[in-house]
Amino acid sequence: MQKRVIFPNKILPYALLAPQIAITVLFFFLPAGQAIWQSLLMQDAFGLRVEFVWFENFARILKDPNYLAAIKTTVVFSSAVTVLAMAPALLLALMADRQIRAADTFKTLIVWPYAVAPAVAAVLWLFMFHPSIGVVGQLLIQMGVKWNYALDGNQAMLLVILASAWKQVSYNFLFFLAGLQSIPKSILEAASIDGASARTRFWTVIFPLLSPTTFFLLVVNVVYAFFDTFGTIDALTKGGPGTSTVTLIYRVYVDGNNNLNFGASAAQSVILMAVVIALTAVQFRYIERKVHY
Amino acid sequence: MIFRRSLFAATAAVALIASAGLAQAQQAQAQQAQAQQKVQIDFWHGLTQPLGGLLEQIAADFSASQPRFQINATFRGAYPETMVSSIAAFRAGNAPHIVQMFEVGTATMMAARGAIIPVHELLRTTGVAIDFNDYIPAVRGYYALPNGNQMSMPFNSSTTIMFYNKDAFRKAGLNPEQAPRTWAEMRQATAALKASGHACPFTTAWPTWAQFEQFSALHNVPLASAQNGMEGMNAELRINSPLHVRHLTTLVDMAKDNTFRYGGRDGAGDALFASGECAIIHASSGFRARALREVPGGAANVGAAMLPFYDDVAGAPNQTIIGGASFWVLNGGPGRVRSADEQRGIAEFFAYLARPEVAAKWHTDTGFLPVTRAAFARVQATDFYRQNPGADVPVQQMLRGASTENTRGLRLGNMPEIRVVIQEEIERAFQGQQTPQQALDNAVRRGNEILRNFERANRS
Amino acid sequence: MSTEAVGRTSTAGNWLAYAILTLGVVVFAFPIWMAFVGSTWDAATIGRGDLPLYPGDLFWENYAQAWSSGEGTRVRGTPVGVMMLNSLVMALAIALGKIAISILSAYAVVYFSFPGRMLAFWMIFVTLMLPVEVRIVPTYQVVVDLGLFDSYAGLIVPLIASATATLLFRQFFLTIPDELVEAAKIDGAGPLRFFWDVVLPLSRTNIAALFVILFIYGWNQYLWPMLITRSKGLETIVIGITKMIGTGDAQNDWNLIMATTILAMLPPVLVVVFMQRWFVKGLVDSEK
Repeated sequence: MQKRVIFPNKILPYALLAPQIAITVLFFFLPAGQAIWQSLLMQDAFGLRVEFVWFENFARILKDPNYLAAIKTTVVFSSAVTVLAMAPALLLALMADRQIRAADTFKTLIVWPYAVAPAVAAVLWLFMFHPSIGVVGQLLIQMGVKWNYALDGNQAMLLVILASAWKQVSYNFLFFLAGLQSIPKSILEAASIDGASARTRFWTVIFPLLSPTTFFLLVVNVVYAFFDTFGTIDALTKGGPGTSTVTLIYRVYVDGNNNLNFGASAAQSVILMAVVIALTAVQFRYIERKVHY
Repeated sequence: MIFRRSLFAATAAVALIASAGLAQAQQAQAQQAQAQQKVQIDFWHGLTQPLGGLLEQIAADFSASQPRFQINATFRGAYPETMVSSIAAFRAGNAPHIVQMFEVGTATMMAARGAIIPVHELLRTTGVAIDFNDYIPAVRGYYALPNGNQMSMPFNSSTTIMFYNKDAFRKAGLNPEQAPRTWAEMRQATAALKASGHACPFTTAWPTWAQFEQFSALHNVPLASAQNGMEGMNAELRINSPLHVRHLTTLVDMAKDNTFRYGGRDGAGDALFASGECAIIHASSGFRARALREVPGGAANVGAAMLPFYDDVAGAPNQTIIGGASFWVLNGGPGRVRSADEQRGIAEFFAYLARPEVAAKWHTDTGFLPVTRAAFARVQATDFYRQNPGADVPVQQMLRGASTENTRGLRLGNMPEIRVVIQEEIERAFQGQQTPQQALDNAVRRGNEILRNFERANRS
Repeated sequence: MSTEAVGRTSTAGNWLAYAILTLGVVVFAFPIWMAFVGSTWDAATIGRGDLPLYPGDLFWENYAQAWSSGEGTRVRGTPVGVMMLNSLVMALAIALGKIAISILSAYAVVYFSFPGRMLAFWMIFVTLMLPVEVRIVPTYQVVVDLGLFDSYAGLIVPLIASATATLLFRQFFLTIPDELVEAAKIDGAGPLRFFWDVVLPLSRTNIAALFVILFIYGWNQYLWPMLITRSKGLETIVIGITKMIGTGDAQNDWNLIMATTILAMLPPVLVVVFMQRWFVKGLVDSEK
């Protein structure tokens, strides 16, 4: 997607891109290239004994039934997190964008949770949902719910989904709000003079104008759910019970960081990246067509 | 206008933080400047506060006690993060001189010849002497070769013991000064607790460590072949033996009749005892301080006892093994050997750690084991154990029975991963998705695959 | 403000808005309330799970202790002020750096046609897909090789590349009407002039939103700063907090952890509050 009207300069665009590309190449492509090379190696933790094994790491992973189960878990997890992170954020942004008293206070209070340090956020979730020391956990048990996510796979899944989505709502809220505020007021006025109902106005005027923001957030949230949630899972369930909350990125993280199995971890990263790049390309190719610029 | 005003306010706020920060920074720098002249030794550790601060204090005390060496102790995240960051640093030629590594990383470190300087070699080169014979056998053995050569410096060590809630015992008509000794007594006591209305009679922290690793040592049976891996990398797990299956069956049965509750992985179960919800827990001896502070009723209400055993098993009860961490000496990177000065400094620091007064103080300050007999005797000579009843239970448990090939420790590659696999499989058993026998068969099969991968990656 | 006339206001609608927003605040800010409440009780109450929903009476003790030592009862460490300062430098540099390089590269991708345009965009974009945590060992190596270990540069520069920001600006630039470019061209304005006079002012709301997000992102970085620094003088506040949360046998001083957490949240919250004003300004401007 590109503008119809553009500037003809031949050198300037490269100059504008240079800083970003330089940093990306240096701190991303160089290390990532090494990671891909590692995916073909088998080695000890310190890199003292290295053996080139072709695609053996890949073969082993793809044969592992737990890996295939993790794919399923990841699909469920990522779609739930994306929806639960975006929908409430949009609703709250629409409400906060109204001309109401104390709107600024509400905005601050809703954005605030994003500032909680991730290490502490996970602890706070434990303090809320732990079956015996958590406020919400105790409440659930008093209400007769058999709440014990240490042994109930579905509850564990629900917990990591909610915690991961919660972290992202503030983020989405802020960008939806920015998107809403950059909609020209003249368009909204015209729509309201036409006498359209609030709901019609939202779906026919606001939502299409918000679609560039929504598309941006969709891409970012999918990527977030796939790649940036291992910390939350590690803090809350460590992938358990059984392997019911092990997602693909969590495995990459555990194999690389805890198990020091750099070959296996790198091979999984390569698979995961390939899948998500494909997924993102599909989003750009098909969903972006519906985006109204 | 609004923008400018808010910018001004923001600047003012920033300036406020900055000036407060700078004032504190100057103080900190002044302290550092004095230390620059000495041989600098980097020491990365994985202990959070307050333990990490106490450890850094020991390093600071050592640095102040002599003019030549400066130990710079820094926190590097929890143990796994410390391990990864020192490995990354080693690969980049930037490794710390000393790194603290948890006990389950021992096999990985030991296999890394060329990256580590074994402690026995360090001592031989530098001529510094440490009497490892005075160390508690299970502490020393975990970090030594079968021939007795010490590979890393033992430091913070703990073991698993049993804690119980005395109030709960009284309410259930049990003697609050008499903890269950055997699993048969455990069943009776937990049944009584349940009958008295206690929702959670018994739980465990560190399920793999407490119920499999310690359990095996306590009953003097192997966790894995080849002397728990000490004899070579070809070890295979042995945890689907009839005794292990029997024990998991006991736990699953108790979970079914609500006398046992699975509290989650690693240390997650601790919270169940701290809140007063569970009456008995098998937990790390290091849990004691937290229990005394948090359990309703405080110190008077917390009992400590040795782990229960099956009394029909010959050889039980034997001594338990340790957990915790030891200090490893690293070279700077591939081909970057430490200088004689640096090695000397490291060796002297280790000798300082082995001093009875230092080891004894660490024990009484933190609740970790006294690692040497001299340190233990030193503390026994004070009235510490009279004022802190139960604080000597871990040591007594470590010194009970005989040191055998099943109690010297574990040397299994990728042990953290194996622990997770065992937890995954027993969780499936507690959920009723498989029988105890199936769970342990699966754990053995998956664990052995992990061991074979390690063997292959580390074959020289 | 003339927006009142827009017709987005109706009494019933407002009540609904209040209800939804209040619910939202309760759900999303509840954990922060818990952290605050926790910072006013003693450690044992929190640890055993008896924390009530209302504040206790240890506010001053806990906060004084958190500020003066930041490290619990028995130990000394890097002062909180120093850690806050480091966090501030890092967060500001990361946020401003990311915005600067991303807005330039997005501008290049949207407003120019040149060989390698899509390649450049995708090169930037894929950086989203391998977080630092899973490529630690090789990234560390690069930083050490460049001599950036244990420096502000090593702390900041590797975190400045931002696919998110580039994507956001791309999305936004695509919505700027083409007529503006045509008008600028007729006026004889070059690309840089157009960028400065038109694109930058129009992007203000998005920059403000992004600044908030990126500032907090930088502020909350934990693994990278810990890995890449050695001097205590470079420690950040989030490392300070993490140091206090024991994962194994440690007894945690939850009251001080919570108090430090609240202290650590203040600068990001101030940023949010100030940026709110910018939002309003953007709104007024676009009505001209």
